[in-house]
Amino acid sequence: MKIVFEKRQEVSRTIRVLVPVFSLLFALVFGAILLLMSGVNPGTAYAAMAEGAFGDPQSLAETLVKAIPLMLTGLGVSIAFRMLFWNIGAEGQLAMGGLAATGVALYATDYLPGWSILPAAVLLGMLAGALWAAIPALLRAYLQVNETITTLMMNYVAILLVSHVYHGPWRDPDGYGFPGTARFPEVAWLPRIYGRAHAGVFFAIIAAAILWFVLQRTKWGFELRITGENPKAARYIGIDIPKLIVVAMMVSGGLCGLAGVCEVAGVMRRLQQGLTVGYGYTAIIVAWMSQLNPWGVLIIAFLLAGLLVGGDQIQMAMGLPAAMGLVLQGALLFPMLGGSLFAEYKLRVVRPGRQQAVFPEESLAKESES
Amino acid sequence: MNLSLFTSILAITLRAGTSLLYATIGEIYTERSGILNLGVEGMMMVGAVSAFAVAYHTGSLVLAILTALLAGSLLASLHAFLSVSLRANQVVSGLTLTLFGTGLASFLGQRLGPGGARLVGLVGPSLERVRIPLLSDLPLLGPSLFYQDLLTYGLYLLVPAASWFLYKSRPGLYMRAVGENPQTADAMGIRVGANRYVYTILGGALAGLGGAHLSLAYTKGWTENITGGRGWIAVALVIFAMWDPLRAVIGAALFGGINAVQFRMQAAGTTIPAALLNMLPYLATIVVLVIITWWETLQKRIGAPAALGVPYAREEKG
Repeated sequence: MKIVFEKRQEVSRTIRVLVPVFSLLFALVFGAILLLMSGVNPGTAYAAMAEGAFGDPQSLAETLVKAIPLMLTGLGVSIAFRMLFWNIGAEGQLAMGGLAATGVALYATDYLPGWSILPAAVLLGMLAGALWAAIPALLRAYLQVNETITTLMMNYVAILLVSHVYHGPWRDPDGYGFPGTARFPEVAWLPRIYGRAHAGVFFAIIAAAILWFVLQRTKWGFELRITGENPKAARYIGIDIPKLIVVAMMVSGGLCGLAGVCEVAGVMRRLQQGLTVGYGYTAIIVAWMSQLNPWGVLIIAFLLAGLLVGGDQIQMAMGLPAAMGLVLQGALLFPMLGGSLFAEYKLRVVRPGRQQAVFPEESLAKESES
Repeated sequence: MNLSLFTSILAITLRAGTSLLYATIGEIYTERSGILNLGVEGMMMVGAVSAFAVAYHTGSLVLAILTALLAGSLLASLHAFLSVSLRANQVVSGLTLTLFGTGLASFLGQRLGPGGARLVGLVGPSLERVRIPLLSDLPLLGPSLFYQDLLTYGLYLLVPAASWFLYKSRPGLYMRAVGENPQTADAMGIRVGANRYVYTILGGALAGLGGAHLSLAYTKGWTENITGGRGWIAVALVIFAMWDPLRAVIGAALFGGINAVQFRMQAAGTTIPAALLNMLPYLATIVVLVIITWWETLQKRIGAPAALGVPYAREEKG
């Protein structure tokens, strides 16, 4: 007896819906086991997490605070992923965006009129993220250097650079030795909506809308999609793939840079520790779970932010490790990853001795890349 | 450079490079069989925390090392199941493994101490350095090469063995065949899936062992973010080494060496900011990667296993 995968005639919609539901259940059960092992009632812990993330306007605002950078970086990486460029560098691009915005906020006030500080910080932050992303993009486009490693290594460089800057040259002289820059002048603050939730959420919504339009309705979006789905065909119809890689990565890095701007100008209002807390990595999960759909990115980012805030909450309220949020994210994603196969294939038990008709299978290699 | 400085830098290089080399050799095997596992960082983390916890509670270093091997294997088998059996996207699966492993290690680190307390700051049994008589008296290299802990000595055996196995043994040939051309390997009767499972799990075990070296010998204790990106450097080193265990030694020594020089320069009170020194390994990886890729393109030779990252499914035969 043998078990084989058989391609379905058409993608099963039922399974498309069932997989996330099952994955969520799996994650909750897995988390419950961990909680039980640490002597905590899982029901109480989960209730505290949900309450802490979505329970009242104040907690919703906190969830939004964490969702904004996830949305922007998630949108950013999803553009790169569309053409199978593995941008793992969102974290570094975010850091560089935050760094550039800080430079504007602290040092440009003498030269620029007040009203222009915030727009300048936003533009320069996006530019910094875009340029930081352009380096691995150029290396990949023209020298075929593996982008997974370069984007990743550049994260460490960017994070160290940022930490050097607020520990050293840009440290607040009146900060009593506290590592961090001086507080930004008010002209550089991103307006807040409620609690700490700031106007960055509008950037995310606008970016998602533009991205959705560009991907669905423009020639560039078409080129991006076709290059990801079938690079050979893209080359046949005359798409300049190296140029496309560089431009798409700069857009991707620009959005991640914008996330950094939002963090310093909207949340912290100075540059200090806590700019790079892993949003850029979670962004990859966000992009993948939303299947690169811009609106999906916004929703998934909000839900995952809820897990993070919930994790913080149970740490404060029940003394449980905040890492619970990370663990749950992983436990949620593993079954989703595995389950996606079942939408296109079904399991069948084959008994030995009986000859089955052989259907030539389409190249799985191609599909696995999407 | 005076002799004692040379000895001390070489000794630190070896100590700093040990965990890297274990993880790198593990990942070389995994990738040679055609599976890309970006979860090295997570597996090292879990290896480090589990080894330290077991050493702390049982006092047995052997048990601690075995636990780390087991923990790394378990996480890697998850990746193997997803990428071999379920043909999931290996990049995403590996990244998830890193996130999950990092989270799990941090969770366990705050729970596995005495009475459910934190492990941070506790002192447990550690792997001490052992001086090998006679050999350690050899001039120049002796004092640093032969005054190390047992896991570092283990590498002296593992590296040649890994290289021999890869190039000279029959299973090694199968492994390479599975990574280069699974269709042909399958036609020859080599079990593609089974091979990929074995080497992915082996890679995880070695990553776990690398993590154990960190918490048992290098840092001597558990701290959050104990690996500091070493798992990622290992992934980069695999490319640096062009999937060759012997060249991995050069890479690990280079990275360990940068650590050692940095350590020395800081001790000597240099004016170069620490952050800039800390960037060196990462910048070096990028530079080396660019040079190697460029060189490989010139040579028209591809170092990466041809089927790396591509799931294999045989046309169903019934």
